[in-house]
Amino acid sequence: MAEKYINARGLQCPGPVVELFKVAKVSDSGDLITIEVTDNGFKKDIDAWCRKTGNELLSLTEEDGAIKATIRKG
Amino acid sequence: MSSKTMIMFSGDLDKAMAGLIIANGAAAMGDEVTIFFTFWGLNILRKAQKIKVRKSFMESMFGWMMPRGAEKLSLSKMNMGGMGTAMMKDIMRKKKVNSLPELIGSAQDLGVKFIACTMSMDVMGIKPEEIIDGVEYAGVATYLGEADQANVNLFI
Repeated sequence: MAEKYINARGLQCPGPVVELFKVAKVSDSGDLITIEVTDNGFKKDIDAWCRKTGNELLSLTEEDGAIKATIRKG
Repeated sequence: MSSKTMIMFSGDLDKAMAGLIIANGAAAMGDEVTIFFTFWGLNILRKAQKIKVRKSFMESMFGWMMPRGAEKLSLSKMNMGGMGTAMMKDIMRKKKVNSLPELIGSAQDLGVKFIACTMSMDVMGIKPEEIIDGVEYAGVATYLGEADQANVNLFI
């Protein structure tokens, strides 16, 4: 199981989900991916993205102006 | 896997950007996406540089009057002789919004299928040599065939 990190700070929609998709595509089931995003819409988007793509949202937090989400690849 | 189809009829910068953002987003959701470029939307796919091809007088006029590629499009509103478009592009760059050429490149990388309408190309005198790489050429039946399989279809 691998742990990956994506810095998507400063990227506007649809940048964060595109970056997340690219990393998830080359990841194995069970891998953890953490992404940091400053686009506020991402808080809701990550939920929809996980539901649609069959990945699991493990945590969603907000600190110093950034949203941090960790997902487990399904 | 589900799929989405879009008709890009407009050649306006703002509408093209909205369409390409949706296409990128859908592809990032794991969907198959097809965009059918027709009429003014064809200009989005034109190469930025002038390509030497044989054209009739009318075709040349058309080609000359329409924007040559994604960099040359104008806003549908507040263009103000190009000033509004320049301002919008500047603001978007500062806010790190992907430019239209970037969105096109990203969509192609994600496997979004681009189809250019051959009838519109013929009417407007746009030749395949003038269209960016990675584009398929087809008519309405191909588009409808794709739309039949899709669960979302947009006209932009």
